[in-house]
Order: sequence, then structure tokens, then C-alpha cells
Amino acid sequence: MNKKFPVHILLAIGAFWMLLPFFWMVSTSLKTQMEALRFPPTIFPQALMFVNYLEAFRQVDFSRYFLNTIIMTAGTTFLVFITSTLAAYAFARLKFWGRDQLFMLFLAMMMIPVPVYLAPSYVILSRFGWIDTFLALIIPWSVNVFSIFLLRQHFKTIPQELFDAAKIDGLNHLQVITRIVVPLSKAILITVGIFQIVSNWNAFLWPLIVTHSDSMRTIQTGLAYFAQAESTNYPLLCAASTFITAPLIIMYFFVQKQIMESYAHTGLKE
Amino acid sequence: MSHRKDFSGYLFILPALLVILVFRFYPILQAIRMSFFKWGMAGPLYTVGLKNFSRLFIDPKFYQSLGNTFWYVVFVVPLTIIISIFFAQLLNQKIRGRGAYRTIYYLPVVTSIVAISVVWKWIFNPDRGILNATFGIFGIEGLKWLNDARGVFEIMLAPLNIEPSGFFAGPSIALLALIIMAVWHNIGYCVIIALAGLQNVPGQYYEAAKIDGASTWKIFRHVTLPIISPTIFYLIITQSIFAFNTFTPVYVMTQPPGGPLGTTKLVVFYLYEQAFKLWNLGYANAIAFVIFIIIFLLTQFQRRFIERRVHYE
Repeated sequence: MNKKFPVHILLAIGAFWMLLPFFWMVSTSLKTQMEALRFPPTIFPQALMFVNYLEAFRQVDFSRYFLNTIIMTAGTTFLVFITSTLAAYAFARLKFWGRDQLFMLFLAMMMIPVPVYLAPSYVILSRFGWIDTFLALIIPWSVNVFSIFLLRQHFKTIPQELFDAAKIDGLNHLQVITRIVVPLSKAILITVGIFQIVSNWNAFLWPLIVTHSDSMRTIQTGLAYFAQAESTNYPLLCAASTFITAPLIIMYFFVQKQIMESYAHTGLKE
Repeated sequence: MSHRKDFSGYLFILPALLVILVFRFYPILQAIRMSFFKWGMAGPLYTVGLKNFSRLFIDPKFYQSLGNTFWYVVFVVPLTIIISIFFAQLLNQKIRGRGAYRTIYYLPVVTSIVAISVVWKWIFNPDRGILNATFGIFGIEGLKWLNDARGVFEIMLAPLNIEPSGFFAGPSIALLALIIMAVWHNIGYCVIIALAGLQNVPGQYYEAAKIDGASTWKIFRHVTLPIISPTIFYLIITQSIFAFNTFTPVYVMTQPPGGPLGTTKLVVFYLYEQAFKLWNLGYANAIAFVIFIIIFLLTQFQRRFIERRVHYE
């Protein structure tokens, strides 16, 4: 017998426990409510009730929630790209008075836990009249200090000769960014983008607080609402949970390395 | 020339700076201002501020939420890290399917906490849940899980006729359910980080230890552990802060909100409740300030007392 056999057994047991909730989610999502309530439960669904997925979409407006989430994700990701690239370029490549102090201020803001500024942020957003709008979902998250930090580190490694050459060619800063810096930073920009997509897709506390109306719900607040409204209909709840997590899980299988990297960089998940 | 350079530097950080100032810096100042009022800084909010803090210090629900959070962090962080190091250790060798295992262990990390909370609530269902059904197969009586307010220590010490209560009863069974889910959710991230740490251990160290006839445990204790201690230190800090900020599972899984007898009410949930259910925004600010101080002290404490035992190469 292979001497690695015990290792495989242990790893397989671990994998089994990690996968079990996912299996149970999909299995329950395909059961009738009658079957789901049977005790002891059936392991595999007897009849495959794919109709549960349509039913979940019918009961609450998940298509609207998906659309809202996509708008929020696209908006923040796009703005984070712009604000981070510009700021990182300035911090890495330009000299101006107070630059390092400002950078320290940025970094200090990163250390503040989200709950600390929830209530004051709400007051500010309501003074702006932004509560329950996309502005409240997007603008406060249109800057990500960690992205600025990552990009700054990377921009510093770009050889000075390239910038000197650009200067001789008479390129201005914006042209330097779009023609030299961005093409040389594709990998790190992808990491930043993926991190934005994952954290926006899964964002819950912020959307919960700054939106009220049904038409402004994101998929996460929508699912939480659905879970309260249909607290015992587990096949429908599991169906909704499945189609909400599926897009990210599919993405995860393709860009696994980048996702692990972006999380390893940031450490903190929100 | 240099003047124009100065100008564009400011221009380029302006968008980021504006957002940071309005949505990070200013709100934090607001939260901190509340604390100064307590020491008698003049201003229209003076009495209100004072009231918020004096109320906070005698609020039993606030202390309960702090106690719950304490148990939650104290259980989740060590359990997650120990289990993660165990699996990272197993994965840190040439075995078939290594990539697949990593992929599977990491899967919960990218899954939304709302969705996994819904699924785990179903798993923990006392009457129909698969967990109690599994217990049933082995003839063990199921638990009420999310509906059970009894403390873990209270149950464990009952045969000895010791009846700890309140904080000393430990986390309730309901909170234990949240702890189990959190460990499951965070393992993947910690395994990946621990694995990266383990790969820093030079192979010849193991060879040398093996030639000396050291046992697996001894190798781990005297070779591996000292080298990965910075990784563990990093994990303890990030995981503690992360656990301290837990909100979503409490919101989605516990009924009534905050669990039976408030035993799953974590401090961030209490803040949310005060701010956005009862609209005591000022009071919530005071709670936020305490949270900030605790997290700050937590990192400082860990720096001082754990870093001393960390071996850097």
C-alpha cells in the first residue's frame, strides 16, 4: 500500500466536510418542499425540481437584484481602476510637497474597521440625498487604498529609462499612464479588478444600510430578504443561494490563482 | 517645470483624496469627536455625547455583546488556525491531487456569507437538519443549535454540579453553531497562507532532523513551528480582526435577531441594531468608538505579547 495513503484519507475527509454544505445546498435546491421536510432526509433528490430556480426568480425580483449588483460592481471596479491608477502613479512617480504624508494618511484609513464609520457615513450620505441610490453604493467604495498601495509598489519597479524616453517624445503624464504604465501592469490590474468583483458581488452590510427600497436591493440583500420572507421554504432558498454563488464559483475555477493572490495580499475580507 | 509637476501630482490624487476625506476621514473624526465630549469639550453636542457614553458603560446588552464577541473570537481564531496548519502540513508534500484539494478547501472563501448562512441555518435546523439526522444515525440526541441559549461550559460542568452563568457560561450552543460555520468558512484562506509559510522551511532542515531521529511531533515543534511563527502571528491578527467584525451570520441565521436570549448578538450586530433599527445614531457612534479602541488594543497587545515569541529569520 502507498505510504501516502493515510495522508490522502485525511485530506479527503477534510475535502468532504468542505464540500458537504455545497452538496447539501444543490441537493436541497432540487427537492420538492415535501421531500426537503422529510426526516431523516433523503441524500439525493428523488425528482429533479429545476422549476425551483424559476420559482425563486418569480417570488422576488432576483433579475432586478442581479442587474443592481452588476451596475454596482461595474461602477466601483471602473472607478477604482481610475482613482487607483492616477493616485498610485502620483505617489510612485511624481514629486510634490506632502506626498509621503498623504500616502501615510491613505494607509492609516485602511486600518480603520468598517463598523467604525458606518453610522457617520450614513448621516453624510443622507445629507447628500444619496440614500437608496446607486451613488451611495458606488461612490464611497470608488477608492481602494490597498489597490493604490499595490499599484504604487508595481509602478516603482518600471524602469526609469521608459519614462525618460517618454519625456523626450513629449508625452504628458496621462499619455505615459495609458501608453506605458497600464500596458506594463496588466497582471496587477487584473488582480485589483478580480478583488473588486468578488468583494462587490458578496457585499452585504453596506448595501443593507444605504438602500431601503426593493428595487435597489443587490443579490445579497435580496437573498437575505428572501430568507426572511420564505424562512421555511428551503428548496427555494437553496436554489436562490445556488444561483447567487454560481457566477463567482465559475469565475473562481478560471482565475483561482489570481483570487488567492488578491486575498493573500489584502488579508482582510469584508 | 517643477511647478507644473507639483500641480499634476495633486491633481492625480485628488479623486482618491476627495473620497477618502469625505467617506473615511470625516466619518472617523465624527466617531472620535463623540469621545471627546465625554471629557467635557464645549459644544452643542456636549450633553448628548456624555449621555451616550455613560449609558454605554451601564448597558448590560452592550456588555453581553462584548462577552459574546470575546467567546466567538477566542473559539474561532485558534480552531481555524490549528486545523489550517494541520491541513497545510498535509498538503506541503508531493502528493497527487494537491491542487484539487487546495481548490476545494478555498471554495468557501469566495462564496457569499449570506448564501452560506442560509445553507448552514438549514444544516443546523433542529427538526429537519442533516446535522441532527447524522447524530440520529449514531443514536445521539440532536441539539437545538441556533435555538439553544445554554452555555457550552454550563452544559459541560453540569455533571459536576457547577452552574456558571452569564459570561462564564461560555458561548451558547447557538453561538457555537456560528463558530462552527466561521471555522469552516475561514479554513481555506488560512490553509493557503500557512502553506506559503511552510514552503519557506528549507528541505534540508527536515532531512537533518530525520537523520537525528526526531519524531514527527518534535520536528514540527522545533523545526516547523519556529519558522512559520511569523505566518501564525499574521493569521492570528487578521483572523481576530475579521472575527471581531462578524455581522452577516448573526443577521441571517439567528431568530429572534441576536439569537436566543441575545446569546449570538455580536458587538457589530449590536451597533447595527442601535444605529439602523432603533436609529440611535449617536449611541451607535459611541459603540463604534469602543470597537475601534478594542481592535486597536487587540493589534497592539498581539504585537507586544506574541511578537516576542515569534522567530524571524
